[in-house]
Amino acid sequence: MPQVPQTPPAEIVPQPVRAGIDVTINGKHFRHTGDPGLPLLWYLRDVLRLTGCKYGCDDASCGACSVLVDGKLKRACTLSMQDLAGNDIITIEGLAGSDGSLHPVQQAWIDEDAILCGYCQSGQIMAAVALLARKPKPSDADIDTIGNLCRCGSYPRIRRAIHRAADTLKGKAK
Amino acid sequence: MKRPHDASRRRFLKVFGTATGALVVGLPALARTPDELLGQNLFRLNLYVRIEPDGTTAIGARDPEVGQGIRTAEARILAEELDADWPRVIVEPLDLGVTNAGGEPHWTYGHQMASGSTSVPAAWNDLRNVGAAARELLLRAAAARWKTGIANLRTSHGVVIAADGRKLGYGELAEAASKLKPANVPLQPKTPAQYVLIGQDAGDVDARDIVTGHQHYAVDDWFGDALAAVVAHCPWPGGRLAHLDDTAALKVKGVEKVMTIPVPDPERALGTQQLTASVAVLASDTWTALQALARLDVRWQPGAQTAQGDEALVDAAATAFASDPTKAVRTDGDFTEAAKRAPHKFAADYRFATAGHADLEPPNALVRVDNQQALIIAPVQNPRATFDTVRGLTGLAPDKITIQLPRAGGGFGRFLETDYVTEAVMLAKAAGKPIKLMWTRTEAFAHDTYRPFSVHKLEACADRKRTLTGWTHRIASTSRLAGREPRARWWLSEMHPDDLPAGLVGNLQYAWFALDSALPRGSYRASSHAVNAFATECFLDEVAHQLKLDALKFRLALLGEPRKLPYRGHGGPVLDTGRLSWVLQLAADAIGWSKSHPQGHGFGLACHFTFGGYVAHAVEVSMEKTRLVIHNVVCAADLGRVVNPLGARAALVGATLDGFSTALRERITLKDGQVVQQGFKDYPLATMAQMPHDVQVILVPSQEHPAGAFDMGFPSAAPALANAIFAGTTVRVRQLPMWSELMRLL
Repeated sequence: MPQVPQTPPAEIVPQPVRAGIDVTINGKHFRHTGDPGLPLLWYLRDVLRLTGCKYGCDDASCGACSVLVDGKLKRACTLSMQDLAGNDIITIEGLAGSDGSLHPVQQAWIDEDAILCGYCQSGQIMAAVALLARKPKPSDADIDTIGNLCRCGSYPRIRRAIHRAADTLKGKAK
Repeated sequence: MKRPHDASRRRFLKVFGTATGALVVGLPALARTPDELLGQNLFRLNLYVRIEPDGTTAIGARDPEVGQGIRTAEARILAEELDADWPRVIVEPLDLGVTNAGGEPHWTYGHQMASGSTSVPAAWNDLRNVGAAARELLLRAAAARWKTGIANLRTSHGVVIAADGRKLGYGELAEAASKLKPANVPLQPKTPAQYVLIGQDAGDVDARDIVTGHQHYAVDDWFGDALAAVVAHCPWPGGRLAHLDDTAALKVKGVEKVMTIPVPDPERALGTQQLTASVAVLASDTWTALQALARLDVRWQPGAQTAQGDEALVDAAATAFASDPTKAVRTDGDFTEAAKRAPHKFAADYRFATAGHADLEPPNALVRVDNQQALIIAPVQNPRATFDTVRGLTGLAPDKITIQLPRAGGGFGRFLETDYVTEAVMLAKAAGKPIKLMWTRTEAFAHDTYRPFSVHKLEACADRKRTLTGWTHRIASTSRLAGREPRARWWLSEMHPDDLPAGLVGNLQYAWFALDSALPRGSYRASSHAVNAFATECFLDEVAHQLKLDALKFRLALLGEPRKLPYRGHGGPVLDTGRLSWVLQLAADAIGWSKSHPQGHGFGLACHFTFGGYVAHAVEVSMEKTRLVIHNVVCAADLGRVVNPLGARAALVGATLDGFSTALRERITLKDGQVVQQGFKDYPLATMAQMPHDVQVILVPSQEHPAGAFDMGFPSAAPALANAIFAGTTVRVRQLPMWSELMRLL
């Protein structure tokens, strides 16, 4: 059996904690050790392959990359990882239950068939979830504050889906 | 032979990796997986139908899904004739179906294109037979099992039922059925009375994947060994690279290469259109590539021909109109003579700005190319054009080229082009690695294939009874076919000789005048119907108003007794004036046209025949200071038999809103020969707050052949809105987009 050298080290140096940015995404912990300036959009898409968060633009104008950061609606294309340390992030992939049960907003989208090409819909759904958290019974004017763009023209069905989800959530709250 | 179910297998085995290289699980070459690996017994009844032992029925959808709902509609058509149990149907996108026939491609799936609302009409012809043939195999398998004749059997919801009540599920019969030879005679399709799926609402088959974020668009796919590529194009169409220093870019950690894509030889076709010269950065991931792209020191020089802005083209149009037309599209009677005699004469000019596609998913392509095979994953509306492009670039045999058809984030004509696929294949060949190319939003706006600019001159005359006796419509435009077709054919994309009011007015002239510009043009939703219908329907409204006639009665009188006029273009061979009158009447009734209108509210109507579909819009608006309020919108449509009313309504509502959005504020402008618009901030798509809360859709029940649905709701939406604005404000806006002009005139 090979002998382990018995000479003790001169001093015990604890391993430094690996530098990084700790974030929680959909309930899981991640440590980002790369470029601190990496936008959250590309961390989600290129690193974690959470591609439900869509690229639509680079200046927060379309909303296709909408996510929740500590419960607040944000656009991932203009958020840097360095500003997210310790934050709790929810993406479209984190809305459904672990058993596959859909969030009432997701179910409302299916029930109203608010789809068309579907590319903007994950962002629209995140915007609706954020709105309903603030306004459980939103008026049409409240819904109008959602500025996510849809090129296909699904707005009327999105509006109906939000009202439907509000009704479902109200029923659950009782 | 290609297997339709490959697509789903690849979904599980598709290669994933992280940008940091931490995890790469993948297949070394093309992701082709034998079914045996999955340990399942799957039985393919034909190219489109596969049935699993548990009865799960996979239906292959052949046309590209771009938001028109084709995957759902095609599966419903086939499932109807198969008598499948819809809850157990799964829909799998097919690749481009192609085999090698002596070195030339042989297309195995028939129609595979998302363009001109043609997918459903083609599917109606083909896929009913496919479903009926698969059902007949299952019936024969059951008859053999029970030793009886198939005349004693019936099917319902995925089950074969014998006269005595015994039942066998399709899953239990699939293996035996898959060994039978299909009938070599066409089978009798169901009668409409037997339909259980056609004509009933069906939600989008991808809905669950979309709302959970699991739907993969092309831009969401990746190979573990692929390099991310981003490009900067020469801002001048036809221009070239003047200077490139990539020192700083190459210092960005993770950058692999900087490559130039030169201007191709104009004599050598590369895909559907000329490429614009560009510089590409290849890197480990998108963000690294974007950072390096920003650090390129690059200068460009313009080409020989200048991209003309709309202002310059207005002057060019004035010059063109002074000469003979490039094409006399249609001449009936003698307009000049009729106008001389007429007591009422009218004239107006309309103008349509260059417009962009603004698909939310930018042009992108994931490609793996070597000297053995090519795999292309990209948003494509015309898979055969993509195939031809890849074949031209690689010289590969037809069966070595795989074109996958992922769901696309829009299309509207942009993905009929193949320029971005061409770039990705060129980069992959040069780099010797798979390439994941994505255009930024800025590049997507600056290098679109734009809706052509046009100026329209309209004249009309009416007799003492206030009946139209003459009509001329002259168009000067930058044809989208310029450079792709011989000059003699350029007019074809710009004007349809049989569009109304042709056939309704005795003395009529349609003429087209060519304008030139280096700005690339391409197909745009509903093609020239969109702008031509605006000019026609608004001018008709002007004429009615000046003749002090009700716009509805005036139009109905013009359309006259129901009759079939010859229609040579797409959507023909006939145009039924009665069907158009009927949708117009329905829309007018639903909006309350003949009832008293609220103070300050304007009502507008328009109708158009597009690609075989008859659609009318009625709109009620008011102006609250500088805010346009769209109170009510009705869209009445006769699309022939409707396969999926829920999907058709979505298409019509979407087209209506798209029509409004395009008409209000969407405009591409040029400065010094370069496109100005960089993103959504200066190309404002309509937001939820600007759009009506709902659109009331009326679908006319019809036994006619299905016409499709996607484009039809677009052309008449904008003129109905403009006519309503006129009725509410007395301001007539004769250009698209309308908004800045409306604000100027108010």
